[in-house]
Amino acid sequence: MEIPYNVEERQDTGMFNGKLGIWLFLASEVMLFGGLFSAYVFLRMGDVTGAFNSGSSELNVPLATFNTLVLISSSVTMIMSWVSLKLGEQKKFKQYLGATLLLAAVFLVVKYFEYTAKFHHGIFPETSTFFAIYFTLTGLHMIHILGGMIVIFYFLVPGSKMMNIEPERFTNRIEIVGLYWHFVDLVWIFLFPVLYLL
Amino acid sequence: MSKHSVEDIKKSVKVYIGVFAALAVLTVVTVAASYLDLSFGESFFLALTIASIKGTLVAGYFMHLFTERTAVLAVLGLTFFFLITIMFLPFMAFTDQSAI
Amino acid sequence: MSGHTDSHQEESFWRKYIFSIDHKIIGLQYGITALIFLFFGFCLMMMMRWQLAYPEEAMPWIGWLFGDDGIILPEMYNSLGAMHGTIMIFLGVVPLAVGAFGNYFVPLQIGAPDMAFPKLNMASYWCYFVGGVVMMIGFFVPGGAANSGWTSYPPLADIATTGQTVWLFGMVLLITSSLLGSVNTITTIVQLRAKGLTWMRLPFFVWAQLVTGFLLLLAFPPLEAAGVLQLMDRLLDTSFFLPSGLVVSGEILNVSGGGSPLLWQHMFWFLAHPEVYVLILPAMGIVAEVIANNTRKPLWGYKSIVYASAFLGFMSFIVWAHHMFMTGMGATISAFFQTTTMIISVPSVVILTAMFISLWGASIRYNSAMLFALGFLPMFGIGGLTGLPLGIAASDIHLHDTYYVIGHFHYVVAPGTIFALFAGVYYWFPKMTGKVLNETLGKVHFWLSMLFMNGIFMPMFVQGLAGVSRRLWDGGASYAHATDTLWLNEVMSTSAWLLGLAQIPFIYNLIKSMKSGEKAESNHWQATTLEWTDAPSPPLPHRNFEVIPEVHRGPYEYSVPGADKDFTPQSEA
Repeated sequence: MEIPYNVEERQDTGMFNGKLGIWLFLASEVMLFGGLFSAYVFLRMGDVTGAFNSGSSELNVPLATFNTLVLISSSVTMIMSWVSLKLGEQKKFKQYLGATLLLAAVFLVVKYFEYTAKFHHGIFPETSTFFAIYFTLTGLHMIHILGGMIVIFYFLVPGSKMMNIEPERFTNRIEIVGLYWHFVDLVWIFLFPVLYLL
Repeated sequence: MSKHSVEDIKKSVKVYIGVFAALAVLTVVTVAASYLDLSFGESFFLALTIASIKGTLVAGYFMHLFTERTAVLAVLGLTFFFLITIMFLPFMAFTDQSAI
Repeated sequence: MSGHTDSHQEESFWRKYIFSIDHKIIGLQYGITALIFLFFGFCLMMMMRWQLAYPEEAMPWIGWLFGDDGIILPEMYNSLGAMHGTIMIFLGVVPLAVGAFGNYFVPLQIGAPDMAFPKLNMASYWCYFVGGVVMMIGFFVPGGAANSGWTSYPPLADIATTGQTVWLFGMVLLITSSLLGSVNTITTIVQLRAKGLTWMRLPFFVWAQLVTGFLLLLAFPPLEAAGVLQLMDRLLDTSFFLPSGLVVSGEILNVSGGGSPLLWQHMFWFLAHPEVYVLILPAMGIVAEVIANNTRKPLWGYKSIVYASAFLGFMSFIVWAHHMFMTGMGATISAFFQTTTMIISVPSVVILTAMFISLWGASIRYNSAMLFALGFLPMFGIGGLTGLPLGIAASDIHLHDTYYVIGHFHYVVAPGTIFALFAGVYYWFPKMTGKVLNETLGKVHFWLSMLFMNGIFMPMFVQGLAGVSRRLWDGGASYAHATDTLWLNEVMSTSAWLLGLAQIPFIYNLIKSMKSGEKAESNHWQATTLEWTDAPSPPLPHRNFEVIPEVHRGPYEYSVPGADKDFTPQSEA
């Protein structure tokens, strides 16, 4: 038995199931990161030792700026891959999606160097509450990047067969992946100033 | 969005490029602003404003929220309200606490 | 997120019963697992009650579980308490109310062939199952299971034994399961309603599940965040919840400090207060169905109940700090949370009142399901009303952390929610299995449960008002001022053990009726909603309905004047 509105839109809600599903999931993600941001505010309010001010000045702003640009670019390539799919340009779709994957990898590599530099200077999560929340937030964000990369890889290689069998459904799926990926970008847009610049 | 014609999509590509440029510029602006000699309150306000603008651009254009269905907007409106709650109520509770 | 299965193809045993993607099988898996956990959690409590009634006496029969002399030591007692709370709420009641009944009956009541995302549904169950197993592993690690209370307040929880880490991992899995489930439920209700089933034609049970879905979706993530922070504290020596200069066993703890235990309390109660409504809303939904069906009348004030439940859900997010009046919060914030707490009692009263009025002038069928639903009303009433003094900061100062609190929330959850869940079992068992439960055994089950439930929880109010703390290992024996109330410990404990025995008719009934019960008709209770009128008992695998029904009217059209029978199905044109 086929589930209704799996691919096509339901008339009165104007959505297919997956679209509502991903938005609900993202709503819960908003609350997850919201809880952590709330913890950040709470800890910073109670910070009498100045750990937050001195901590954030030890972070590498140029690298993070570069990473911000990388992530924004990956968002653009992500949406371009969806656009290409809509226009039926399958080759371009693959190129753009591949570029997204590559940019995500660049982000992780840069982050790896940032982390190891910190460890090298003897800075660990237990150093202060600032670094605790820094490693937690960026670590959780990296897990999200990794999860996104796995899904993107799936649609780039093994899952791309669906492109020709059920093109509309495949386009829907790419749209959903895109929504998730933009959300990960969105989180970083807030993480960057909050952790590095303030 | 799915019923849009090829023309519409090509038009929106231009919008996406524009948004990308705006995001890149705002990133540079926010980094530059952090080097200004501002008080914590001022720089906090500035950084969060820029981040909010960037966030709105991403959510509005890349995630199509500006043209999204009411059901999604309703869910997000509710979420946003609770987000504000969890951000600010502990904060207020904290302020009230330390006054004792 | 795909979901098509060829129903003509023969499925393997594993696909059909273990890794099924049929919402009915998953619902049953949830139901059976949750009932087992519910019973296990109850067993933990029965052991605790021995220690409370007969402090430091060796436990008969199973004393060997607690070492050579058979006495429950304080650490063990704490473990039992923490695990009792966790298991009952996160592994018992919520999975039964949402995972089992929600999963099974939401698609049926809205005329859908399955949940919107069947594979996600399966993932949700298995996350729950693994989470439960992880929780159980806690009992076997050094130091025993988590022993910092189900609330896991730091700094105690931060420095507790390994069991706490296991507890946190278990919670993360359970939260993930809830999130997957709630995404699925909400999408299903919004997207898969049958033709003609408009919002105001939804059975109230579906509304209750929808609001519950939103509570789970938006309230759980902050606890997941808090859980991650506590894991960081425990595994990577961070200090999210540890203040500077914390002294443990006479030595200053070697951590950076700078954190705050109150942060955990805020994040924890941000979930845990909505969680109360996660426990109670599906229960109200079940009771509404049973009452409308057995009074043979439309539910009184359907629309006001629906709006009240939505408002209830909304308000539940801004009352959490009434659990924290004793943390030294300032008067302004206390007043704010006190006010919202008083406001949130209004919609609960609206719902309860509407259900009471529904009984007015009805020719009630007193079957087991209805008895449990009727039992729910006053029990939940007691639970709700005794909550008011706790929501007012001034009286909370006296009652905080006493047995009064225990009595209050158990009245809401045990004779409240659990009675409603029993009502659901008796009401829907014919639909799920095609067999009817024995009525006599059901009535025995009800009256004994009713008696002993009150025998356990009513004396708690007395002890609580006398000031006995809820966490005492010796049941208050060291409290000189409370000695007059201590004889009640024996009353409560005896009631608890007898309540355990009172479940035997129920368990026997389930097994016996499944095997050789009377056959049920497809619309056994002459109900109006789609699961009864349009699906066989049990519904067809993977598609529920022979033909997807169309809906023409509201959910509770009983005894319509001029109709040829006393119920008019929703699908009747």
